[in-house]
Amino acid sequence: MPEKKIRVLIAKPGLDGHDRGAKVIARALRDAGMEVIYTGLRQTPEMIASAAVQEDVDVIGLSILSGAHNTICPQLMRLLHEKGMDDVTVLVGGIIPEADIAALKKAGIAEIFLPGTSTQDIIEFIQGRVVRS
Amino acid sequence: MSEPSDIQTKTPAGGSPRVRKPSAAEQEWEKKTLGPTLGKSPERQKEFTTTSSYPIRRLYTEADLEGSDLQRDLSLPGEPPYTRGIHPTMYRTRLWTMRQFAGFGTAEDTNQRFRYLLAHGQTGLSTAFDLPTLMGYDSDHPLSEGEVGKCGVAISSLADMEVLFDQIPLADVTTSMTINSPAAVIWAMYLAVAEKQGAEWKKISGTLQNDILKEYIAQKEYIYPPEPSMRLVIDTFEFGMKHTPKFNVISISGYHIREAGSTAIQELAFTLRDGMEYVEWSLRRGLPVDEFAPQLSFFFNAHNDFFEEIAKYRAARRIWYKAMTERYKAANPRSLALRFHTQTAGCSLTAQQPMNNVVRTAIQALAGVMGGTQSLHTNSLDEAWALPTEFAATIALRTQQIIAHETGVTNTVDPLGGSYFVEALTNEVEAGAWEYVRRIDAMGGMVAAIEKSYPQREIAEASYRYQMAVDKKEKIVVGVNEYVTPEKPIELLQIDETVARRQETRLLKLRRERSGAEVERRLTALRKAAKGQENLMPFIYDAVKAYATLGEVCEAMRAVFGAYEETAVT
Repeated sequence: MPEKKIRVLIAKPGLDGHDRGAKVIARALRDAGMEVIYTGLRQTPEMIASAAVQEDVDVIGLSILSGAHNTICPQLMRLLHEKGMDDVTVLVGGIIPEADIAALKKAGIAEIFLPGTSTQDIIEFIQGRVVRS
Repeated sequence: MSEPSDIQTKTPAGGSPRVRKPSAAEQEWEKKTLGPTLGKSPERQKEFTTTSSYPIRRLYTEADLEGSDLQRDLSLPGEPPYTRGIHPTMYRTRLWTMRQFAGFGTAEDTNQRFRYLLAHGQTGLSTAFDLPTLMGYDSDHPLSEGEVGKCGVAISSLADMEVLFDQIPLADVTTSMTINSPAAVIWAMYLAVAEKQGAEWKKISGTLQNDILKEYIAQKEYIYPPEPSMRLVIDTFEFGMKHTPKFNVISISGYHIREAGSTAIQELAFTLRDGMEYVEWSLRRGLPVDEFAPQLSFFFNAHNDFFEEIAKYRAARRIWYKAMTERYKAANPRSLALRFHTQTAGCSLTAQQPMNNVVRTAIQALAGVMGGTQSLHTNSLDEAWALPTEFAATIALRTQQIIAHETGVTNTVDPLGGSYFVEALTNEVEAGAWEYVRRIDAMGGMVAAIEKSYPQREIAEASYRYQMAVDKKEKIVVGVNEYVTPEKPIELLQIDETVARRQETRLLKLRRERSGAEVERRLTALRKAAKGQENLMPFIYDAVKAYATLGEVCEAMRAVFGAYEETAVT
């Protein structure tokens, strides 16, 4: 039986419209054989959590450049927990000061990818982490 | 949609391939000098390209300028087509305006930074607003949570604006405001502060970014659909033409297009086609071209590729001159000469080894100066991480001062004019841009092209190609994919949540103390006017003067205009 494709939701939370990174990642993951759903801009944590349930994704990739990560990430993790989505892998890419990383990981973010990360590193991280059954 | 993406690689000029005819001497050189050298030591790469992946030849000679008429294409500085600069003496008479973009926290915080920068020799102000302000939300709106004061200063009402410019004489200082969708509202607040200070509107000067088209194309901070957004922009043009003749009512911006990942040619083409779109909408409104066009200004990126950037600025002036004279029959010299601000490329800064960013920024800034910019912002070394600390912002300003006073590049006008390479590249970049302009014309203009996601797709394509080239190390980014070393975190500016709490308190007080009935009366008048055809600036001005908040004014118009949602292209 062929292996099912890894399903990824790329989301752009908050008011920021700088979507260059989100779009590059969406395309790179798609080119690597994953099923990618891009939410578009200005998604609230509620919208992202609902989309994750609806699309039955394995991974959520959040692109945050605005400094709002400490507000957005814990909210999303709480909502995912409430929806029974604890097994979804949540990744953050963007501008995250190193001092904030430990707290975000403690809140349940699986990994944080800082500027300069190659798309290949992100692809390998996801493939190593998610085995779609 | 795939055809235009090939513009970069198909033929250099993007137009018909030109047969290059090297001189006898050059042919001789190839045989006798070049050939044996290549035989012994081949070149490092098969192809050499710019940051935008544009192919560059080994050598440029007079053969690359065949078909150019130097008198026609270059002329002299201060004369059409302004390729060599818009002033006859350029920086010999007056240096560019050193205008550092600043804004964070509350109005008090940013007012302090403004006064610090002015005290250290900065010659103009430039305001960065936070995301809620850029999106037309007050600091206490639920969607503002976590974003107040983070990417810029939080301005929710005239009361905040009064604090922002406290003890800064608007009659003497020129101020740039990076605000787009709510530009008319923020500008109305600025004009109200000027009035309170007793600064005459006819004399005040500054720049409103006010470029909504590039928001749909690149930066995505839009509120309303294109049609009513364009109406608001043209309303500000008309108002500015009558009341603030020295104010740049728009800064038509390529900066964000480039930051979104475009090539240099795309930045140039989309920006100038945006400019043409604004002119066409103004003409349809019945505004006389030579009355509003002098108040249009531009804003370009200064990226890493030194010569490509310089060629871009020089080509920009020539294209604008041609468009204004040939397409729109403008005659006022001030309508024809493209004035622009430059900012070094934020997207070129690396989070890794951040001190290297000082060097990148210096070289990019030098390109802006060699390209004849009117004003310049240099990025700070820590901006791949956060808004700059005072320490980092000072080095950035000093970088401009070193270029201005120590390098000697300001001694002569257009120092690279006449270089075979620079002139050939200027011609090619121009031809590539016109090719895009014609495609967008054929689609029915820029608003139509945006609705087809055409520029968005072109940029996404270019940005993906660039990332792949970096990932494959076809392009080297020092400290990122080569010369990597372990490093320690640097000290960053922190914006805490007390900013949001302070804003909430101030808004609560404002709503309590102002006349609620007066605000409601002004907002009702604005809603009514928005449904009709009148210029909305006077209505917006009256509302903000009654201390209606930014969010209330934007919401009043949203109720009439609706909100825009894009079709996301990935």
